[in-house]
Amino acid sequence: MEARLDDPAAVTAMGLAPRVMRRQRLGDALFRGLTKAFAIGVLLLLGGVMVALVNGALPAFRKFGLGFLISDAWNPVKDNFGAVPAMYGTVVTSVIAMVLAVPVAFGIAVFLTELCPPVLRRPIGMMIELLAAIPSIIYGVWGLLVVAPVLQTTLQPFLIDTLGNVPLIGDLFSGAPYGLGVLTAGMILAVMVLPFIAAVIRDVFLTVPAMLRESAYGMGATTAEVVRAIVIPHSRVGIVGGVMLGLGRALGETMAVTFVIGNDHHIHASLLATGTSIAATLANEFTEAVSNIYTSSLIALGLILFVITFVVLAGANVLLWRLSAREST
Amino acid sequence: MITIYVRRRAANFAILSLSLLATAVGLLVLFLILWTLLRHGLPALSVAFFTESTPAPGNAGGMINAIYGSLVMTAVATLVGTPIGVLTGTYLAEFARGARLALVVRFINDILLSAPSIVIGVFVYGVMVARMGHFSAWSGAAALAIIFVPVVVRTTENMLTLVPASLREAAVAMGAPQWKVIVMVVYRAALQGMLTGVMLAVARVAGESAPLLFTAFGNQFWSTDMNGPMANLPLVIFQFALSPYADWHLLAWGGALIITLAILALNVAARLIANRSSFSK
Repeated sequence: MEARLDDPAAVTAMGLAPRVMRRQRLGDALFRGLTKAFAIGVLLLLGGVMVALVNGALPAFRKFGLGFLISDAWNPVKDNFGAVPAMYGTVVTSVIAMVLAVPVAFGIAVFLTELCPPVLRRPIGMMIELLAAIPSIIYGVWGLLVVAPVLQTTLQPFLIDTLGNVPLIGDLFSGAPYGLGVLTAGMILAVMVLPFIAAVIRDVFLTVPAMLRESAYGMGATTAEVVRAIVIPHSRVGIVGGVMLGLGRALGETMAVTFVIGNDHHIHASLLATGTSIAATLANEFTEAVSNIYTSSLIALGLILFVITFVVLAGANVLLWRLSAREST
Repeated sequence: MITIYVRRRAANFAILSLSLLATAVGLLVLFLILWTLLRHGLPALSVAFFTESTPAPGNAGGMINAIYGSLVMTAVATLVGTPIGVLTGTYLAEFARGARLALVVRFINDILLSAPSIVIGVFVYGVMVARMGHFSAWSGAAALAIIFVPVVVRTTENMLTLVPASLREAAVAMGAPQWKVIVMVVYRAALQGMLTGVMLAVARVAGESAPLLFTAFGNQFWSTDMNGPMANLPLVIFQFALSPYADWHLLAWGGALIITLAILALNVAARLIANRSSFSK
């Protein structure tokens, strides 16, 4: 076919003037080049973000060296900064969010795939997904003005009176009930990442071949046994991918955490105490940073956050991709 | 025999009850948030809310400057982000299926989709605000556009991939060049799905506040100057909800209500369109 199109006589015989053919090929090349240019643009964007962050963070790393990563100082007056308090808050709030959200997301996925009447599957699934659409700022306002006061008078005194007296973990639940703090931030984060994790787990559950499921039911297995022995082993990779996706979201979440974490650069043993996270520190202090080294330290925090979330999200995507590749073969 | 059977039935009942409970918790939180917003937000909505600018504490006022700012910056992000996202998605789905460049772009795009938006704010601060020397609505719109693009790339690619190959082949057999096949046949077949993607992206950026903190910054007064700081709903909500003033809290609740309703409406509409589209299940 190609050979005939290059042969003017044949092309004329087909009713197409060579000039038209040339124009069409030019059009194709232009359109293809245009789309490719934008695709490369997306790559350059990521590169640009990296370069800008590294560039901005250089003065801080030059002054504090790698000590920035292990210093818990945060003193804008003396221009002495370290990343540990913010990193600690970011990690601890995300871990709390995962501990709370993963079991619930799991339950939702089991409900939607095994238990829910088919008519209700779509509406209930959509309502869970709508939790992901609510802006982060709304979770922040809700957490600050509604959830925190309730926690302060109910859950937190309860935790202090019960778990607070248990040896070993008692320190985690000691102190006064502020309402705001690391635990509250973790709980709000849990609600925010719940729909992402639930949606991924539900989708991988749905990829379990019906024949496997029906065979197990045919052997007399109960629904719970089918989930444990058939569905979960079949979707292990996807579950881990979904959890990592949720973790990536939780680590970088900004406004909701900023509202409820208390913005305190001291590390406290208690989860009920106030703290800060990388994102919350940036949100609170970036426009107030007066000295260059202050701004640079904040950008360095942003770089650390970006690298951590990049690694976590890359891991999640690799797992989820391997899954869809397996499915399509 | 009986005891094993009873134990298995009991375990099944317990686990299914827990999954029902988990779903109930998820739905309950959604309704609690919406109910709280309606209860606190409805009393804030008045004529002044939609006609006056944000007040000083203790004075009467509204949110019109913030509503205007949010609309304008979201609109600019949409106008810039849609073509970039659609063309990138087109490259991934039509020209480079399986090519290495496409794999890398898709990988990076999926990461940008979930990347922390505050970092995008820091980036735009570095490349625009710091160079220009002042906060501006342009830089806010640029930050939103950067968050807008990955959403559209993802949905465009998915929707184009769903268009049956036979449609493309039919158009090619008629003698259409590839760009015409894509623009006049494939786009048309996938239009509903692509529209869904754009609507979801609008919903996503309309509620973003973190990347606007150090780009658009906020402005207490009415301003249409794209070159200067501009108010926007999420940041006004942030500022007012954290303040100690009751009248500012009321305005924050009103703003939270209208922005949430708008975003949820966009999401529901997008999903309804997607469900009706013939290529998605």
